[in-house]
Order: sequence, then structure tokens, then C-alpha cells
Amino acid sequence: MVVRENFQLQLEEMKQAIVQISKLAEEALLQSVEALRTQDLDKALQIIENDNRINVLEDEINDLAILLIAKQAPVASDLRRIIAAIKISSDIERMADFAVNIAKSTIRIGTAELIKPLEELPKMAKHAIHMLTTATKAYIDEDVALAKELADLDDYVDETYGRIIQELLELMTKNPDHLTQITQLLFVCRYIERTADHATNIAESIIFLVKGKRYGLND
Amino acid sequence: MDITINKKSVQKGKEEQEVTPVFNINNLNLWYGQDHALKDIKFDIPEKQVTAIIGPSGCGKSTFIKTLNRMVEMVPIVRMSGEIIYRDKNIFDPKYGVEELRTQVGMVFQKPNPFPKSIYDNVAYGPRIHGIKNKKVLDEVVEKSLRGAAIWDEVKDRLNENAFGLSGGQQQRLCIARCLAIEPDVILMDEPTSALDPISTLKVEELVQELKKEYSIVIVTHNMQQAARISDRTAFFLNGEVVEYTDTSTLFSNPSDKRTEDYITGRFG
Repeated sequence: MVVRENFQLQLEEMKQAIVQISKLAEEALLQSVEALRTQDLDKALQIIENDNRINVLEDEINDLAILLIAKQAPVASDLRRIIAAIKISSDIERMADFAVNIAKSTIRIGTAELIKPLEELPKMAKHAIHMLTTATKAYIDEDVALAKELADLDDYVDETYGRIIQELLELMTKNPDHLTQITQLLFVCRYIERTADHATNIAESIIFLVKGKRYGLND
Repeated sequence: MDITINKKSVQKGKEEQEVTPVFNINNLNLWYGQDHALKDIKFDIPEKQVTAIIGPSGCGKSTFIKTLNRMVEMVPIVRMSGEIIYRDKNIFDPKYGVEELRTQVGMVFQKPNPFPKSIYDNVAYGPRIHGIKNKKVLDEVVEKSLRGAAIWDEVKDRLNENAFGLSGGQQQRLCIARCLAIEPDVILMDEPTSALDPISTLKVEELVQELKKEYSIVIVTHNMQQAARISDRTAFFLNGEVVEYTDTSTLFSNPSDKRTEDYITGRFG
């Protein structure tokens, strides 16, 4: 007989909910960058509307975690698994908010011709989204080695971020009539950089879950 | 990027306070006939702290606690080896009187076992045996002990009533008061709340927190949350061995042995 089978099933249910919210956030981020790149305002609006589903799912994960703590009195790795789920769902929800922010910037930029075709920014976004995919895989497999790789992936995002910001600031001084558009692109750049930081937060939670020790990957 | 472990968190986890041991247990082995019930037990029990002993039924935890005041010797087929040092003296030394040991090391049992006497006489029993006859002194001892066991306010107006008239939780606190009356150094508690309702259990748990300021406490409990709530250090026993003995916070948040993890998370036992 498996002792505490019901509890194990509920922990698994919580894990599946994390995987689900992660997939939704990943899709929202992909679509938001695509909407920005193609200046598709309808798509941007759709992302803003869809965000509610992610917020609700985060609340559901938190409710389940609270119930499990109250009813099952978890300890050791069971408790860490629940705490990690709370933290990871919060990080993912925040990442989805960045997708909404990018969509809002897309709407503010509107359909006016872009000052420069977007090349590096979508690449950086793709990389940040890949970090979320990697973090989710590391979470599913409880793979510490894979989680640690997120730190290196984040370094790439940070470097690219610095370069793009520099480039946008230069554009700003040369093209004062495009201030709104460039400011919004600066914001988008920041949102993507923060998205990557949240992916490394998830990696830290995974390592805490498995090892019971804290590692700083965002330092 | 260098990945370094957060030092602050590590230091916090490993912080060890300097404590004086009240018991040093060295290579203690115990057999009931052919049955090897305790195997090479070796650890120290700190002074003025609560040490919890947890483990599944039959793991030797009650046997262990009963070795600390030599009650286990009442079982005729018991054999032991190794030593238990209490305050620098080996309790198995023939020169060490068992009465002296049990005056220093009191015990509270699973089921409250008051004597069929008045509340007052229950508490005064020990001091009287130790020769205290003076009524005024006895009155003081009884009040101090009942206060110490957090039951004085509930019984002060009915000290001459029979102890059997008290509720289970009150009877258990009376037994603790009876134990305190002979001013022990150590209090052993063998599942002291397993027969009590949740509120009485919490009262005894609160009391244990108070008592550790003055006494060293060793508690055997089946209730792991209780061990987590009230103890400073926890020993996990399995099949007569100590699998893990560490500070309670570590044992319940990040145990180092897989068997401990499996037991406290309810995967076996």
C-alpha cells in the first residue's frame, strides 16, 4: 500500500497545474513578441484578455497549496515542494504580466513604421522564453544540473540587454521625433530582461526543492 | 558564472550552540532475551532543552527512555552493555543507587496515573517519602509544583478532593506536578499526551516549553508535529538504531537520511 496516496496525488495535481500555467505564460510571451514584431494590435489585445486565465490558475495553485499545508501538515521535501510551487507560480504569473506589458507597448507603438526593423530584440525574447521552457523542464524532472544552466543562459540575456539599450539610447538622441516608439521599445527590452530573471528565480526554487539549500543564480 | 551556495543560509543551518550534556550515551546495547532492541546507541542529551525521540512502533524509543532511569531493568530478561553517563557518573555503576537516580530523573507516563488519593496527597507523596513532614513546607512544595505544572488555578480550591475527579488532561498535569515535587533534574516523558484531547495536549506542550527553562526534558512521542513544535533536538529511531539525531528544525525541514525523510513524510511507518 502506498502511504498517503491521496496526498501524493494532490502534489502531482499541483505539479501539473504549474506545468499548465507555464505553458500558458510561454504562449503569451511568444505571441506578445510576435504581435510586436508584426505590429498586430488585435493579437496584442487578445494577449491582454487571455491573461486573466493565468491569474486565476495562479490563485488555484495557491489555494491548493494552502489546503495541503493546512490539512496534510507537510514536512521536509513535501513542504519544500509546496513552497516551491507557490514561488514558481508567482514567478510565472509575473512573466505572463510582462507579456501583457509588451502587448500594451505594442498598442502604444501602433502601426506607424518602426524606426528600425526589430532583429536582436526578438532574438533576446526567444532566448528568454527558452529559459522558461528550460526551467519548466528542470521543474518537471527535478533536474538540478539543468536548473543551474539557467544562470549561464541569463548572462546572455543581460549582455544583449545592455547592448540593445545602448543602441536605443543612441537612436533616441538622433531621432527625437520617435521618442514614444523608442521609449516603448526600451520598456519592452526591460520586460524581456526581467522575464529571464524570473526564469532564474524558478531555477533557484527547483534547487531549493531538491537540495533543501539556497543558491543565488541572479547574483 | 560562479554558482556559490548562499553562505548565510548554510551558516544558519549549521549553527550549533554550546550546550552541556546531561546524559552521554555510549555504545548502549540492550537485549530482551535474544531480541536486540537497542543497537550501539551513542548520543548526548543536552541540558535544559527538549529532546524528542521519534520512530515507528517497536523501534526501541520507549525502551531507550526507560534505560535513562533504569526502569527497563524491571523486565527480568533484559541484558545491557555500554554506558550511560549522567552528570559524569555511569548510572550502571553498582555504587550508584537507583533511588538516587530516579530522584534526579523523574518520569511521566502515557496514561495519567494519579494515586487514589487527594490532589494534595498526590503531590506531597514524594516529598513525604523523602522525609518532609512539616505541613508548611509541604504546602509550599505542593503549591509550587502545581503552579509549575500550570494546574494550580484549576485545583487550588479543591486540593482535598480525590485526584480521580480531574479530567484526563488535568490528571496528566497533576502527574507532572507530582514529578516536579521532588525537584528532579531531568523529566522523561513517554508519550505524555497520547491519551489527551487536543486542547489538553496543547496545554501540556505549552507546559513543556515552560519547564525546559528549569529542567532537561526527554520526550517520546508518536506525534511528529508535536516533536516539531516543542523539541530542540530530535532523534529518529528505527529498528533499535539511531538513524539521525540533529536539531529539530533541520530534521523536519531537510533531513540528511532518506529513511528519516520517508518516515516524517509518512511514506512508511
